[in-house]
Amino acid sequence: MMEQKRYSVINPFPSSILFPYPYQEPLATEPPDCFYDLNLDQLIDTITGSKPEYDLKPLFWSPLRNVKNIQYRQEVMQDLENPTLLKKIKEFVEKMGIVRRYRALAETLDYEYHRKGWILEAVFVYTEAIQSLYLGLETEPIKSEGLRSFRTWVQQYVESEAFQILHTHAHRIKKDLSSLRYCVLLNGDRVRVKRFESERDYSTEIEQLFEKFQQGAVESYLIKYPERAGINHVEGKILELVAKLFPEPFDDLDSFLSSHEEFFDPTMITFDREIQFYLAYLDFIFELKTRGYSFCYPTVQDTCKEESVQDGFDLMVAAALMKEGKLAVKNDFSLRASERILVVTGPNQGGKTTFARMVGQIHYLASLGFPVPGTEASLFLVDKILTHFERKEEVHTHRGKLEDDLYRIHTKILQASSKSLFILNEIFTSTTLQDAIFLSKQIMTRLLELDAICVWVTFLDELSSINEKTVSMVAQVDPVDPTIRTFHVVREPADGLSYALSLAHKYRLTYEQIRERLS
Amino acid sequence: MMKVFFLYPDRDFDMTAELSPLWETLVQDLGLETLFSTMAGGDKFVYQVVQRVILTRLEDPSEILYRQEILKDCLNHPELIHELYRIPLEFLDRKRKQWLWFSPRHSSPSLILSGARQLLESSLDLLHTLRTVAEKNSEHVLSKGFRRFFSMIQQELDDTYLSLVETHVKSLRFPGGVLLSAQLGKGNEGTGYLLRKPNPQTGSWITRIFSEKSPVYSFSLHPRDESGARILSELRDRGLARVANSVAQAAEHIEQFFHRLRWELSFYIGCINLEEQLKQLRAPFVFPKPYPLHEPTLSFSGLYDICLALSMGKRIVGNQLHAKNRNPLVIMGPNKGGKTTFLRSLGQAQLLMQAGMFVPAETFSANPVSGIFTHFLREEDKSMERGKFEEELQRMSQIVDRVKPNSLVLMNESFSATNEREGSEVALQVVTALLESNVKVAYVTHLYEFAHRVMEKRIPASSYISLNPLFLVAERLSDGTRTYRILEGTPLKTSYGEDLYHRVFAL
Repeated sequence: MMEQKRYSVINPFPSSILFPYPYQEPLATEPPDCFYDLNLDQLIDTITGSKPEYDLKPLFWSPLRNVKNIQYRQEVMQDLENPTLLKKIKEFVEKMGIVRRYRALAETLDYEYHRKGWILEAVFVYTEAIQSLYLGLETEPIKSEGLRSFRTWVQQYVESEAFQILHTHAHRIKKDLSSLRYCVLLNGDRVRVKRFESERDYSTEIEQLFEKFQQGAVESYLIKYPERAGINHVEGKILELVAKLFPEPFDDLDSFLSSHEEFFDPTMITFDREIQFYLAYLDFIFELKTRGYSFCYPTVQDTCKEESVQDGFDLMVAAALMKEGKLAVKNDFSLRASERILVVTGPNQGGKTTFARMVGQIHYLASLGFPVPGTEASLFLVDKILTHFERKEEVHTHRGKLEDDLYRIHTKILQASSKSLFILNEIFTSTTLQDAIFLSKQIMTRLLELDAICVWVTFLDELSSINEKTVSMVAQVDPVDPTIRTFHVVREPADGLSYALSLAHKYRLTYEQIRERLS
Repeated sequence: MMKVFFLYPDRDFDMTAELSPLWETLVQDLGLETLFSTMAGGDKFVYQVVQRVILTRLEDPSEILYRQEILKDCLNHPELIHELYRIPLEFLDRKRKQWLWFSPRHSSPSLILSGARQLLESSLDLLHTLRTVAEKNSEHVLSKGFRRFFSMIQQELDDTYLSLVETHVKSLRFPGGVLLSAQLGKGNEGTGYLLRKPNPQTGSWITRIFSEKSPVYSFSLHPRDESGARILSELRDRGLARVANSVAQAAEHIEQFFHRLRWELSFYIGCINLEEQLKQLRAPFVFPKPYPLHEPTLSFSGLYDICLALSMGKRIVGNQLHAKNRNPLVIMGPNKGGKTTFLRSLGQAQLLMQAGMFVPAETFSANPVSGIFTHFLREEDKSMERGKFEEELQRMSQIVDRVKPNSLVLMNESFSATNEREGSEVALQVVTALLESNVKVAYVTHLYEFAHRVMEKRIPASSYISLNPLFLVAERLSDGTRTYRILEGTPLKTSYGEDLYHRVFAL
């Protein structure tokens, strides 16, 4: 395959849709350590799953360090939330995908007019895509710096003479070729080709004969032959004979392609990939929005550690529940004044871990420049998210596990700065209560000294009221039936709830409940 | 179009509808596998059919009578049913042998077309046979179902119709080759292949096609070019796709008719098998009298557990009962006294009646119910662990999710996985609430506290219902012998576990 020569007919778009010129940040080559614990690995797999060809993951692995860059992306994203603009851009990238497929296909083809046919098709779709993007951007209000400068560039490109020639010629030749009609007669191993001369449609005749059998629930035997990529030597031969029957349009095709085989503009290619970063996320949250979830653009700053999020939720939980037609519970959290550590207690399976993950996810997504789960959010731009979750798969002796826990926490504290976010989930569960309290208090002291932000899920009520920097959050149960978890996590003192079990009530089998169920 | 309608007067039986999600529990608790196996007589297909038909209850008494009539014709003329049954079997047999590539996923239009043509051809004589059977027997049958079926066959399969099919089937050969028109699509690939009828002209086939003004170019494949040959046949297939579809749909319509005929007849074949077995055991059976849905009635004599009789291979003791508007039925008494068997026989008879079948009794009449649910204590539940009790509650909750007014709930030792006081309290709340929703309850229990409270009508305070319970007790003679008979009586405190213990330990 020949290395394709790329050229631009005009000056390239000076910046990227992902970074304001010249504040490009380096891209990571592997996911951050917190990905697994926060289920961000699954989330990013889900988001990028349908777009493997764009190699988007490195973009998702690279949180921004700079508040300005976050604003640049938030503005682009806000423009894209305009549904008509979004639709136009999506149509554009879909067509670009088709162009790439056709080009790649043409490279593999053996028959001259077949190969040329696909290149013509690629040129045709390409010019259509750009033409309609141009018209589309013209009429839409665009506020972001990123999309405005891209629009200017597109305008110049479309108005160039080279593009105009490409566009009109491709159209005309395609029209001429597709209006040709011919016949083939297949008999044994002999193939004859001639022009079409208004012979009658035989299938329709037979269909009418057997029409009376088509009533009722009879399966269709109609085989849909898919559009194929590539033709074989027989069809190649037929095509050759068709070219012989109709020489003129094929001569036109030859001369057009001899001057326009390279037609791609590199700036378009870059834009096509980078805009996918936004589209992928928007697609993902779109479905959630239609089910009543809110997303908001967080106010992100790197000076003050006060934070507040209303109606946040765990994105992976929401996505999983959506498949069952259920809604995830929404929770608020905030850090005021000197508060730094959210200590989460409450019943098992009560939504504590989900709450902790939610806090981590919201911080991470905000640092990518995305809207985050919630109706309102203001966040501190953390430099790192450090997680410590109990690992079920690691089988150790008790002593070994405790050592391992301590070792891992120590390493993380060494990596952390005062701008880091810690997420600790049920640490020290494998040791005695006394040990757990002692060790937890030690770690707590270190974190308080560091002044990092932290979410700490624990069964130790004691941790929730160490000093003014700790905030107690409690996973709630139904006040009527304590066996029912509400998954709400609320700012209130830890109280070590007792769970009076009313089993029949739990299964909704009391007299009143059954009557209600059957009424 | 041709409809079988042997199971409903006005519609096909839905062969693929979802059964109630709790059907496996019902089959297990009522011990229905023995019944299905006996009816199937070793035929897995019949097994599937009878299982499905029996578990899909009729509720309308007129539909029950419609099936009863057909079944009576079947029992009077078993040889006619077998003759009819052989027709679809023969068809399916031929289909298996002659038409291997039926499925559109695996086959090409040429294969579908030739297969469908063959199938139509080979079914013509069976359609003839069917008409002959119909002509011969239309006077012998009494049921509306058979009379309608036979007259439909005579109308739909007349000579004109059959010879029309024959002509069409033969006209679809292409001796002169297949003529297709096409155009250039994306990438200059040939597309839009349409089968064409050559323009009529004098002369041979080939000269007719190519005597027009267009130049003709041609080539031939090398004789050893196998991939080329495959490609040509694919092109041909593109052109034949629609024609193949039409012919195959016609063939399938006939195939579906035969398939349904076999399916619906299988149910009656199963009933004939069952009748033979019962006759051999000299066990009684009777066509029940269905009451209207809203007239709670339960009246029978000689009712026995058909599955127990079939598996023991002998006639067993039957019970009698005459109850109108009595609810709940509370069955108490000694262990191993026949209580579970009695409860099962109630469920079985109800199901069989609502399948349009005869029931294992000397007389039987009841109103149809809108659902039959079983809540039986599982062997493994008998400990007092809380988990077991929860499991019981969970199963009951599943029943409450699905129960409708006029359903029948059969409870066997429910809520015994906890202590008697608690179990009784839950039982009373559940039963009272079910009764208020017009659910029929039959409850085998040892919960004396529950029975006592039902008897004294000490029900939940907010309930307005007036209970009209019927208490039944498994009979035990004064010497301790169990007769396996269930009689009206009042709940007694002990359940005779003690003597069972003594007897077993005395051995």
